[in-house]
Amino acid sequence: MEITGRVWCFGDDVNTDLIQPMHTVFKPVEEQHRYVFEANRPGWVNLVEPGDVIVAGRNFGTGSSRPAAKLLVDLRIGALVCDSINWLFFRNCVNFALPALSCHGVARMFAEGQTARIDVGTGSVQNLETGSRVSGQPWTAELLDILRAGGLLEQLARDGLLVGRGTDE
Amino acid sequence: MADMTMTEKILAGHSDREAIRPGDIVVTKVDTVVPLDMNFYDSMWAEPSKVFDPDRIVVIFDHVVPAPNRGVGEALERGRAFAKKMGISRLHDVGPDQGICHQLIADVPYAMPGEMLVCVDSHTCSGGALNCAARGIGAPELIYVMAKGFTWFQVGETVRYELSGSLRSHVTAKDLFLHLADRYGAHVGQNMEFGGSALPGLTMDQRRTLTTMCAEVSAEFAMFEPDEVLERHLRERGRSMDGGVLPDPDAVYAEVRSIELASVEPMVGLPGSVVHNTVGVSSAAGTPINRAFIGSCANGTVADLREAAAVLTGRRVSPEVTLFITPGSQAIYQQAVHEGIIATLADAGAVVTVSSCGMCAGFQNSLGPTDVCIASSTRNFAGRMGHPDAQIYLGSSGTVAASAVAGAIADVREFA
Repeated sequence: MEITGRVWCFGDDVNTDLIQPMHTVFKPVEEQHRYVFEANRPGWVNLVEPGDVIVAGRNFGTGSSRPAAKLLVDLRIGALVCDSINWLFFRNCVNFALPALSCHGVARMFAEGQTARIDVGTGSVQNLETGSRVSGQPWTAELLDILRAGGLLEQLARDGLLVGRGTDE
Repeated sequence: MADMTMTEKILAGHSDREAIRPGDIVVTKVDTVVPLDMNFYDSMWAEPSKVFDPDRIVVIFDHVVPAPNRGVGEALERGRAFAKKMGISRLHDVGPDQGICHQLIADVPYAMPGEMLVCVDSHTCSGGALNCAARGIGAPELIYVMAKGFTWFQVGETVRYELSGSLRSHVTAKDLFLHLADRYGAHVGQNMEFGGSALPGLTMDQRRTLTTMCAEVSAEFAMFEPDEVLERHLRERGRSMDGGVLPDPDAVYAEVRSIELASVEPMVGLPGSVVHNTVGVSSAAGTPINRAFIGSCANGTVADLREAAAVLTGRRVSPEVTLFITPGSQAIYQQAVHEGIIATLADAGAVVTVSSCGMCAGFQNSLGPTDVCIASSTRNFAGRMGHPDAQIYLGSSGTVAASAVAGAIADVREFA
């Protein structure tokens, strides 16, 4: 499963409160993604475009179990690649169907605005402008199934195990 | 196989495997699933058509309670209706059984030795104080586990902490954690296991402060060895320690680190994160503060309220400071009432609130841009307790009480 997109660069330890400030939980679902990175990169949500890729340093997504990964999906981020991704955040990426890879060394491989090609099935990340490559742990077949289904809830719905969704009820 | 850590043994036992290794991905049964009030919010809820076992699910309303607005009121109503429909009898609704999930998980208890528990809060590693493999997961995953009764984990490597000696007076498990976070930093993808000769001197509350805070260094599972202290805690609640799991003698660790508890002094976490970012209190003392908070799943115990009361007896909170104190559960509040602690706190000018996650996540008394807060709660990310420009320092409940009196970060030992 290949994704190609324009890169936005972030540093180390980008935490869940930066991705999803807590006050957003009281906002309508369709507005919550407007507050992503409001503290560390105000205005970014107006610049990012569907399919763009986030490249970051160590321990991206440290902190809360809140659905911060979902807001990146709502911003239509194509993929997330980091030197390391917090494991709880990674679970949320899988479960909200956000392609995400931990690849040591990836942060220094990109400058903002360059183009990345990512394949979570093989774990490879390539900088299409410099040609440099790096590899992370590929997703297993089970995780790719969740991604293809569009997330864990979609998988449950497909299996007939959901009767209603939040605001859809 | 006889070379697994406690976490590995519990994960192996729940995935019907003889042995597992760091890096393996295992599908495990889950013994207890704990949905919270926030699961029932519009943005997070999806209703499963069935649950795997209603007697293995505990619903706890703790983050934003009592409902401050209509949206939350509707979410709580949805949670009650779901529990009733599915036959889930264990519901901690707003009322006398109310409390922060991790406090109740330990106090009732719902975390049991050798078992697996998941909850939709990142501090769920707290339950490891009871030798339970407990883990925070996301909202959709919690719904999935409620329906299916299993999930997957990637096995992380384990760091073993050998604790020896005993904490000096006015030094707490919070200080021990802040010391550890400064010295060893992040534990991304790692489990943290605690043992050693200091264990008999560490209470359940102290252990839970430590395991709860392990979320702040990005640990996967945090775990204490089962011992007489845990056995007594369980016996007093009519439960046994039969499922308890010790590490194998040849368990393989990423690293074994020794900490002499007497070497720890009162510590302060500096704003932003605790990772390599805490100092001895003398380095932070004198920093003016105007907000103070004692509470959260890490430090809302009766021991924390006693610590605060010891400092506040005969003293007054600075007129420049608001001190909020939020007990970890209504049962703790009630015990504190009987001990006379609440009167001491209120007489000193502290505001004692109903039990909830409260200020820790900015749900009460939210901070403004110029506020400077010291809290004994869990997390000090920018924006965590309100405005992203507010400064959040962390310390023990005694340090917070002393600072509230002084109007600036203070050394609790000077208030003895």
